[in-house]
Amino acid sequence: MSPLDLLTDPWEHVFMQRAFAAAALSALVCAVVGTFVVLRGMAFIGDAVAHGVFPGVAVGYVLQVNLALGGAVAGIATALAVAIVSQNRRLKEDTVIGVFFAFAFAVGIVLVSTQSAYTGDLASFLFGQILGISDADVVTIAAAGVMLVAVILVLRKELVTVSLDRETAAAAGLPVRRLDALLYVMVAVAIVISLQAVGNILVLALLITPAATARLLTDRLAVMMVLAAGIGTGSAITGLYLSYYHNLASGGLIVLVVTGAFVACWLLAPRYGLLGKVRHRIRPTVDSLPQQVVPNVTG
Amino acid sequence: MSTPGLGIRVTGLSVRLGDRPVLDRVDLAVGGGELVALIGPNGAGKTTLLRAVLGLVPAERGEVRADRPIGYVPQRPEFAWDFPISVAAAVLTGRTRAIGWLRRPRAGDRAAVDQALERTGLTALRGRPIGQLSGGQRQRVLVARALALQPPALLLDEPFSEVDIPTRELLTGLLAELAGEGRAVLLTTHDLPAAAAACGRLCLLNRTVVAEGPPDRLRDPALWLQAFGVTSSAELLGSLGARP
Repeated sequence: MSPLDLLTDPWEHVFMQRAFAAAALSALVCAVVGTFVVLRGMAFIGDAVAHGVFPGVAVGYVLQVNLALGGAVAGIATALAVAIVSQNRRLKEDTVIGVFFAFAFAVGIVLVSTQSAYTGDLASFLFGQILGISDADVVTIAAAGVMLVAVILVLRKELVTVSLDRETAAAAGLPVRRLDALLYVMVAVAIVISLQAVGNILVLALLITPAATARLLTDRLAVMMVLAAGIGTGSAITGLYLSYYHNLASGGLIVLVVTGAFVACWLLAPRYGLLGKVRHRIRPTVDSLPQQVVPNVTG
Repeated sequence: MSTPGLGIRVTGLSVRLGDRPVLDRVDLAVGGGELVALIGPNGAGKTTLLRAVLGLVPAERGEVRADRPIGYVPQRPEFAWDFPISVAAAVLTGRTRAIGWLRRPRAGDRAAVDQALERTGLTALRGRPIGQLSGGQRQRVLVARALALQPPALLLDEPFSEVDIPTRELLTGLLAELAGEGRAVLLTTHDLPAAAAACGRLCLLNRTVVAEGPPDRLRDPALWLQAFGVTSSAELLGSLGARP
């Protein structure tokens, strides 16, 4: 088999075409939303929402309705509950989140235990089932993804302003609580549309790892978003190829590839990687703060 | 709501945070063209007073009126310095609300940013990522962000804390200049010498206004004892020329 055949062979199958589309789109959307999650230190919220989706999926399963819809409702409810309860300054946000996501997962487990038969249908939501995806699923993921990316681009300056300094943003009259809630809801939607690609348990990796990797490579938000999207999408596609040829779990492989990219950047990134830091220490005369000559006002 | 030329006017303001009374019937007026320093010990309510003027905490009693928009310079730790953004872009966020939803910055917005960078001596650093700035440079970024709004009133929370001497001199000169243009400027500080040198009027705050006036009129040690609740410090009063 020639190298070209290796690349094109999976595309002969319709189920693989759908898988590539779904995985790439999910990874792209998660990476863009994940940029704000990483910059605001909200990784734990992603975790909470991912767990919070589970009882919704379980309810959908028990009631025999659409599992994704149940998951979306439960994920958004969890996100908003965290947003509201964490306004109480007596409790730190991560404490509130710890309470919520354990609760949500417990509800899911109890609901599932009411069912005598535990079928693959539910397992696919926990571990992903990208090869069983339908055309309608791909369309849903694409539509939701376009909407999320559009909202982030349109509200970018407000989201950045609030992320930099909530107090001053509020003093200027920006609705900081609503913008927070919106961001939480976007995290929930990104997680739900990515469930089929990597499953409930691994979805956090699509949200956090590409953005964290990109942060090691740049000091510009726009560049970070584009890099994160590229790293996420590239990892999803690479993981699927590996899964196709080695017949191993696709969700797990996607996460392994993206984690590999993170580790590589952590070690090798020019300025913020381990090697870069060591090099600056060895040669302290090298200006470690190169200036950007081109003014960049849009950020 | 706002009357031009009003400056900042606080009348009989009381504020509670939870069960704790933080401010008690505070009266303070900073007219256009005035530069006033709020001085008081930790927990005296200095930051709360600024936040009340900004409308971030509700007044239990009393009234706040001010020219708007108000430029706000928070304490440096309030800002996410690890965010990947350039100096100029960070300063532009001061105008986010003024630019408006769904709109991009226009020529006027960019000109306001350029001018704010110029006045704070940051023009050469405009493209630098904010994470790579020194403490003094960071303080100037926060001041520039507030100035980008071209506000008639300006509130600064501890602008002199932990900045180097050149930055302090730049800020002192700049604040005098801003007041000279008719703006009302109110700052908090622990740095008495800086306050006495920079400001035409000092306001001693300890939950309420203990005393106010030009630095040379506040030499009575009893006032300082009342404001700070400690035995008068020779060093403290010496910086004002007071004789304990």
